[in-house]
Amino acid sequence: MPPKEFLQPHDVLVLGAGNAAMSAALTARARGASVLMIESANKDLRGGNSRHVRNIRYTHNAATDYVTGRYDADEYFKDLMRVTDGNTNEELMRFMIDASEDCADWMLAQGIKFQPPLSGTLGLARTNAFFLGGGRAMMNSYFKAAEKAGIDIVYEAEVEEMELDGSTFKAAMVRHGGELHRVEARTVVLASGGFEANIEWLKEGWGEIAENFLVRGSPMNTGKVLRSMLDNGAKPIGAPDQCHAVAIDGRAPKFDGGISTRIDCVIFSAVVNKNGERFYDEGEDIWPKRYAIWGRLVAKQPDQVAYAIIDSKSMGLFMPTVYAPFQADTLGDLAEQLGVDAPTMEKTIADFNAAVQPGEFNATEPDGCHTEGLEPKKSNWARKIDTPPYYGYPVKMGITFTYLGLEVNKSAQVFMNDGKPADNIWAAGEIMAGNILGQGYAGGTGMAIGNVFGRIAGEEAARHARN
Amino acid sequence: MPATETLEEAKRVMQICNACRYCEGYCAVFPAMNKRLTFSEGDVTYLANLCHGCQGCYYACQYAPPHEFAVNVPKVFAELRAETYRDYAWPGIFKGLFEGNAKWIALITAVLAVAVLAGVYLVQGADVLGGVHTGPGAFYNVIPHNVIVYLAIVPFAFAGLAFLIGLLKFWRDIGARPADLVHPGALAQALKDAGQMKYMAGGGHGCNYPDDNFSMARRHAHQMTMWGFMLCFAATSVATLYHYAFGWEAPYDYLSIPVILGTLGGIGIVIGPVGLLMIKKKADPAPQDTKRTGMDIAFLWLLILTGVTGLALLGLRETSAMGTLLAVHLGIVLAMFATFPYGKMVHAVYRLGALIKFAHERRE
Ligand SMILES: Cc1cc2nc3c(=O)[nH]c(=O)nc-3n(C[C@H](O)[C@H](O)[C@H](O)COP(=O)(O)OP(=O)(O)OC[C@H]3O[C@@H](n4cnc5c(N)ncnc54)[C@H](O)[C@@H]3O)c2cc1C
Repeated sequence: MPPKEFLQPHDVLVLGAGNAAMSAALTARARGASVLMIESANKDLRGGNSRHVRNIRYTHNAATDYVTGRYDADEYFKDLMRVTDGNTNEELMRFMIDASEDCADWMLAQGIKFQPPLSGTLGLARTNAFFLGGGRAMMNSYFKAAEKAGIDIVYEAEVEEMELDGSTFKAAMVRHGGELHRVEARTVVLASGGFEANIEWLKEGWGEIAENFLVRGSPMNTGKVLRSMLDNGAKPIGAPDQCHAVAIDGRAPKFDGGISTRIDCVIFSAVVNKNGERFYDEGEDIWPKRYAIWGRLVAKQPDQVAYAIIDSKSMGLFMPTVYAPFQADTLGDLAEQLGVDAPTMEKTIADFNAAVQPGEFNATEPDGCHTEGLEPKKSNWARKIDTPPYYGYPVKMGITFTYLGLEVNKSAQVFMNDGKPADNIWAAGEIMAGNILGQGYAGGTGMAIGNVFGRIAGEEAARHARN
Repeated sequence: MPATETLEEAKRVMQICNACRYCEGYCAVFPAMNKRLTFSEGDVTYLANLCHGCQGCYYACQYAPPHEFAVNVPKVFAELRAETYRDYAWPGIFKGLFEGNAKWIALITAVLAVAVLAGVYLVQGADVLGGVHTGPGAFYNVIPHNVIVYLAIVPFAFAGLAFLIGLLKFWRDIGARPADLVHPGALAQALKDAGQMKYMAGGGHGCNYPDDNFSMARRHAHQMTMWGFMLCFAATSVATLYHYAFGWEAPYDYLSIPVILGTLGGIGIVIGPVGLLMIKKKADPAPQDTKRTGMDIAFLWLLILTGVTGLALLGLRETSAMGTLLAVHLGIVLAMFATFPYGKMVHAVYRLGALIKFAHERRE
């Protein structure tokens, strides 16, 4: 038996129930459209990757209760141009940035709560507003607003396939309660996230090594909607191996480990691979750049694993970790525990120590403490690793979200391969984030993309359906 | 120090929270947690007693069950608090009163109410007990003033001593210096936070209690309860002053200071606890220590009974019911004081202690 919500056709069908989906659904509903949301997770795990977020980056001209200062569109633009290295659709990026100005106000109006800028552990208090309690609390507010607005939501319903007639959406094939149902609607908004939880698909871009990736967010984001759209002739954008990925604790759960598994000590450490060799300048840059590049670096190492080695001097200089580090009184013992080639690691650290130049160590900014005559060098925060106990953290690549997605225009309309926008199909969030993020990432942009394009998609879909 | 299993679970959970920190905006627990890298048993005992059980962090938690990390801060902290109450109880032989607490409180209350009533009946006789007494000293015709004073002072002083000893044990275990307990600045800050119940507002929007909606209901009901209790206490203090300093004997006029304070307070300790009982009944059991609900309920009923009998005494003090009501009210008040150190009331002591320590840490 299909749920009763599947039987009456709605004006707008929203696929997914994260930030992008909610932005679309609430906007469409406010424009008078009837809305059905289809969410593959159950009530406890609803909200996709959005339940793991912490903040949103948006344009603002002055400090408010939630941000400490001005962050104008030009600065935002420069930041994103820098991280993407120009690998973006500039026009869409500009548009997204300008439109982000009322993100926080709109969210507040939906009942979402922000916290005052607090400790600023991530140094983003000026540019980003932080959700009180984080993403899950934000999603709870969204679901309350949706309930109040009279939006239908069916949980544990997974879209398997899209049915299109040329460039016109007809229906979604949805698995619910073990059965496949055909769900029709006048328009559809695709907000079902990327495909980061689909290891097989990741292998298409990364090869077999993707087997060893950890997925930081929802196991639901398998990209079924995206895949079906591409099969139906929608136009892709972005490269299959482009994504946001970071270095996380190698002991993290395969899925849904969220923020707590981050490893923040890289700049204070010597990072070795399982052969015991260093492979990159750990002191190249401060957070968040270092945070964002180390996932990829680790992915290129044997078995896609690395080990951050520090000594007792560095303990307490970085965010506490969810798992206790491995600990030993000698580097040899530590290597044994980690499963790293011990003689090589001992030599690596000895060489490293010998190359460290005297300097004024400063944990909070690039301090120029560096190595000389060492390959690869360490350009900042280089201190001898010589004071036991020694500590080691295993590090793996944690994938956050993928950038290969659907090409869209400023109305969030999905393009087909013939270069024309589809008739009644819009997309928002991760599934189209690649239009803005060809590569790289600046914290809080995921929420902004989802909210801006979600609201436009909702508005356009509602207008189309009710005409 | 509480039992290890709960302590271990609390340490595990704090380790996860400290690596996440999304809840830093909710209450004092998280900023206090942020100051630490690892958690000793004293640390989690302190944090548990700093937690007001607003549950905001539970509904916000990306790691709450069914996530494999199974983080449930309000529940493990409630369990730890209950163990704190039991383990720091003085004298030790009364620790057992915390198991099956509701049963004990009910029994002690009933026994004391009946005992006082029976005592008056046996000593004074039915005529006095059931007579109409008016004018200054009317109450003391039924129960002599000195008897009331001695009956009240013994459990009251005993409770104060038990509180103090419990607090000092707690204070030592959470690693604070004795002098810090009376640091004026920290004390003032803690009293202010407690008086406003600042952290029952979670991040400023109220408790996620009884469900995942934000609501100030619990905070308001609790404020009514606490301030009701304080007003009753103030009423008694003023009456004591009247008696000894001015020689004015109760009952006092309806518009006198002690009666106004007592009436308002009495209303507070009836309405507040009724409100708390009502929202407790609706509450989501998941983030709670459901094994100890009985302790909370017993305490609330004891307050309600105190308030109701007090107000009834006020209303009927010029009728023949006065003697009986006075005896029963006195019995219940005795039970309240006698059981204070062995029931939910102790939360006020450890909570205040934790708030003082937090005020200190914030100043450092
Ligand atoms: C640990 C972590 C921390 C992050 N922190 C931040 C941050 O602080 N700020 C920020 O801006 N971004 C952050 N991000 C990135 C951010 O999560 C994403 O950019 C954003 O959530 C994407 O929103 P979305 O609505 O497009 O997708 P999602 O929120 O992932 O929603 C996708 C929805 O689609 C559903 N779904 C998927 N497939 C199907 C299907 N076939 N049928 C039905 N439903 C389906 C999912 O269940 C889910 O509800 C973080 C990500 C992670 C993993």
